[in-house]
Amino acid sequence: MKFPAPIGLLAELTHRCPLQCPYCSNPLALDRKSGELDTETWKRVFSEAAALGILQVHLSGGEPTARADLAEIIAHCRQENLYTNLITSGVLLNEKGLRELYDAGLDHVQLSFQDVEAANADRIGGYKGGHEKKLALAAQVVAIRLPLTVNAVIHRQNIGSTEAFVEMAVKLGAKRIEIAHTQYYGWALANRNALMPTHQQALDSVQLLQTLRQRYGGIIVIDAVVPDYYARFPKACVGGWGRRVINVSPGGKVLPCHAAETIPRLIFDNVKDKSLEDIWLHSQAFNAYRGTAWMREPCQSCERKEIDWGGCRCQAMALTGVAENADPACSLSAFNSQMRAIAGESAMTADPDFRYRRFDG
Amino acid sequence: MIADTDIPRIPRGVRLSQDPVRNRWVLLAPERILELDEIAQAVLILCDGARDVRGISAELAKTYRAETSEIMADVKEMLGDLAAKHFIVL
Repeated sequence: MKFPAPIGLLAELTHRCPLQCPYCSNPLALDRKSGELDTETWKRVFSEAAALGILQVHLSGGEPTARADLAEIIAHCRQENLYTNLITSGVLLNEKGLRELYDAGLDHVQLSFQDVEAANADRIGGYKGGHEKKLALAAQVVAIRLPLTVNAVIHRQNIGSTEAFVEMAVKLGAKRIEIAHTQYYGWALANRNALMPTHQQALDSVQLLQTLRQRYGGIIVIDAVVPDYYARFPKACVGGWGRRVINVSPGGKVLPCHAAETIPRLIFDNVKDKSLEDIWLHSQAFNAYRGTAWMREPCQSCERKEIDWGGCRCQAMALTGVAENADPACSLSAFNSQMRAIAGESAMTADPDFRYRRFDG
Repeated sequence: MIADTDIPRIPRGVRLSQDPVRNRWVLLAPERILELDEIAQAVLILCDGARDVRGISAELAKTYRAETSEIMADVKEMLGDLAAKHFIVL
């Protein structure tokens, strides 16, 4: 192969989800249940993924536990020697269901929380009683000795809870927490005015993370996704386009990243028609921004071009209208000041109502 | 500090795995993949939840024809590093 084999597969098993988080990374046009891949097709995809070099699969959604065949899928992944990571809201899973997934060979649970206290958490998630259910599941995950990661998506309406999130995760027995500042795609982009923190809040938050890492070293691993509207350099989105990860949508579309469908000229293949290897090697969408040849200035002559790979194509598309432009999150982008202005204005907007994530949204 | 009688094991959620496509061994953990060299792989295969650090070192000493005490210092350093990152438990 002339470029590296992928290492991770994000499997969006379904877009069904009882929660309605306004920062959801799913596309605005959600796949319906009738269009979801069946069990046998998913199994084939995971077998092809393993043969292709993928080591870890992230079972996500929507809410992956909404699928009745999840344990069967996990058992199949285990058989293929794939490491399985369940990315869940936790509200559909009881003790018996968790035990089934455990017995099938599940390796790790990543459980989302919307805030540290029920009222605001349930308001953000748009699901009454959700927070209590999540706390109960977290205790069950730890009790059967599965490693637990707490995932906290951070935005203006819960940014004050950053420290309390870490305290809660430690108390729950999680060994890892993701403090993931909202990335503005899909529903989050639609709700940007309700979610964007101020520049000062973002700076304080990054500073606080350093303090917390020192305080909790050896107790819990704190991983962070930084608020990129205020960053100096862009994130190396998905580790570089078509370099490390593959995303499969509930309907079987194979995407270089979960937001790739927002780029109009890309053509996506479907696992129903082609093998994963064929798609990885030959898909127009994967080859469009692979490597560095597609880059324009300031990326093309930049010494960081193989560090951050031009940042995020979808963000360039959304904010500059041209996917080949540098990610405007980069301070070298001609659009960077515009992006910061958008962030500043969004942050100062009086909290509008959420546009909750819904099929009829 | 790791003792001679500590019994290291790989916990649930971490997996010692072959990566045939890249012709190597890896430790798979939550959002982490650790590439192993030949020595690390040899040590981790012996972390079976039965052998203690001394037993592991003695086994390696046979394979590599070295003194157990010499090997044990290296083994302890490596296991200490892996334990700090939650890749193994003692």
